[in-house]
Amino acid sequence: MKSLEELAAIRDRMKNRVVLREGSGETRVVVGMATCGIAAGARPVLNAFVEQVANENLSDRVTVTQTGCIGICQYEPVVEVFEAGKEKVTYVKMTAEKAKRVVEEHLKGGKPVAEYTIGNN
Amino acid sequence: MIRTHVLVCGGTGCTSSDSPAIRAAMEKEIEARGLAEEVKVVQTGCFGLCALGPIMIIYPDGTFYSRVTVADVPEIVEEHLLKGRPVQRLVYNDTGDGQKAEGPVSLNETGFYKKQLRLALRNCGVINPEVIDEYIAMDGYAALGKVLTEMTPKEVIDLVLASGLRGRGGAGFPTGRKWLFAAGGEPGTKKYVVCNADEGDPGAFMDRSVLEGDPHAVIEAMAIAAYAIGADEGYVYVRAEYPIAVKRLSIAIAQAREYGLLGKNIFGTDFNFDITIRLGAGAFVCGEETALLTSIEGNRGEPRPRPPFPAVKGLFGQPTIINNVETYANIPQIILKGAEWFSSIGSEKSKGTKVFALGGKINHTGLVEVPMGTPLSTIIYDIGGGIPNGKKFKAAQTGGPSGGCIPASLIDTPVDYESLTAIGSMMGSGGLIVMDEDNCMVDIAKFFLTFTVDESCGKCTPCREGTRRMLEILERITDGRGEEGDIERLEALAKTIKATALCGLGQTAPNPVLSTIRYFRDEYEAHIREKRCPAHVCQKLARYEIDPEKCKGCSACSRKCPVGAISGQLKSPFVIDQTKCIKCGTCIDTCKFGAISKN
Repeated sequence: MKSLEELAAIRDRMKNRVVLREGSGETRVVVGMATCGIAAGARPVLNAFVEQVANENLSDRVTVTQTGCIGICQYEPVVEVFEAGKEKVTYVKMTAEKAKRVVEEHLKGGKPVAEYTIGNN
Repeated sequence: MIRTHVLVCGGTGCTSSDSPAIRAAMEKEIEARGLAEEVKVVQTGCFGLCALGPIMIIYPDGTFYSRVTVADVPEIVEEHLLKGRPVQRLVYNDTGDGQKAEGPVSLNETGFYKKQLRLALRNCGVINPEVIDEYIAMDGYAALGKVLTEMTPKEVIDLVLASGLRGRGGAGFPTGRKWLFAAGGEPGTKKYVVCNADEGDPGAFMDRSVLEGDPHAVIEAMAIAAYAIGADEGYVYVRAEYPIAVKRLSIAIAQAREYGLLGKNIFGTDFNFDITIRLGAGAFVCGEETALLTSIEGNRGEPRPRPPFPAVKGLFGQPTIINNVETYANIPQIILKGAEWFSSIGSEKSKGTKVFALGGKINHTGLVEVPMGTPLSTIIYDIGGGIPNGKKFKAAQTGGPSGGCIPASLIDTPVDYESLTAIGSMMGSGGLIVMDEDNCMVDIAKFFLTFTVDESCGKCTPCREGTRRMLEILERITDGRGEEGDIERLEALAKTIKATALCGLGQTAPNPVLSTIRYFRDEYEAHIREKRCPAHVCQKLARYEIDPEKCKGCSACSRKCPVGAISGQLKSPFVIDQTKCIKCGTCIDTCKFGAISKN
């Protein structure tokens, strides 16, 4: 270790990998992963969220997690986004592609993607 | 891309209840389910709630599983990791006061954790202690970097002084003052930094857990201390009975060397420092600093008179600072967060937090860390979950064989150096043994004194002879041969030993006797005058009797009695001959009708 910069580089590289253990960030993305969700393709959606959140360096404030059956099996894969002080947003019939757009516009930009939400499907 | 971390406790407690097998099964099952790219299994140090081990925590949701077995692994992977449904029957969600939450709760909401403040243990149960990068991710080695590049040695010492940090090994000497004493002297003087990890109190596992869970914190702090006093060599003296701690510390030292955080020109400065591990053979006296240094030098571990103190003339005759593991574990955060932050925690004269190893008659046996000044009752009831089986709290022993007991009437005493000393106990290194109504206080005093008599090195007469004489009196009392004046004799001996013994071991050895006499004199008197043990513990004072109403005359006890003390006619009540009875208790275990009682 020859400099503080070197140390800081390791810290920043590792931070994303352990931030998971600090528990819930301000924003939670919850993917429905019951049998119905998995059958409808929830896993690629979950993985897309995890990857995009990390790529966009949002890991310190966005937690991606799973839950069981949300109860609207015909709309699976279902993803719910919880933000402190805001109303829950429910996305339905999600795909990995749609997930990328949600990360970009909603989680990063702060504007829910209305056309994917339950009201529009 | 990893989305979930499965943390499996790798502390000594959980390791002995099979956590390595659980970890291996977990990894295999995750692989079989095709989740290896998404889920990572991490071995960590102690989470603290050892009573409920093996413990597993799944992040990011933070679900806390207790008492996990290998057989539970497929269900956890299938249900939780694949489908996102926590396995409810394994979830620990006790939020204190006997309340359980609905569904999983995060760690900090459980009754056990919510009143704790984990500074020294901050990384225990969070990072993998065998991966230096995880420590660095938690701002590890940033304090060393800051010290070497931005601060003078004097500024470091001033900061530690201002923080109010005191030695966590027992005596509570201000850490900054110790460093200041060692910092002086001719420039170029060879100096040493030593870490005392010779934790020997019965029931104590604080230092062990820090070394197992966060070894880099100790390494980093020792380097900081070395810079502050101008040393370039360090020793960690750790007992060989701590194999996991030794292994993780060795791995950590090797990784730190590889990264250039130990060795020459650390952070590109002209500061050099390296650490050697010395294994202790488990002699309690080697926890005493001068005996420890003598042992590192390769000699028999015996103490020597102080002064000169180690800060002046220590290891190999050179100025040496010797601090305890937990003391070191606090240093990096004090450097990063500042003296004011640290001194804002705790009570007036005792700053920061203290780690305790909770043991004895307590529901949550384990490792806890609380701000100094926290009432003992909070530790025992809120965090420790109270006394098992609805029994009544009788006393708590702090400071192990050097400390004293705190009776139920003083249970609200704030736990800090001054308050504990004022009531005749001491902080000690952090062993906290809880006793209930079934414990005999004379027997407890005898237990601790037996320990110190065994561990006395024999160098000075007061400790070698005096503690043995005290033990003989205690044995007499518990055997029913106590005499009037024994209590006074114990007190007189104790006073002399405390005043004249060479080292801390002898000077504190009488404490458990003195404090039990102080608070439980009536129990001593019952043993001496009435030849009675109120808690029914002292075997020789026990009296076994057969209730003629309940006895069916089956003769089972009579046939099992090893000395033929029980006689009678079949189908009529049997009788125990008290003059022959050796109080072994076999009869009481044999009787199917509950007809035999112990009084």
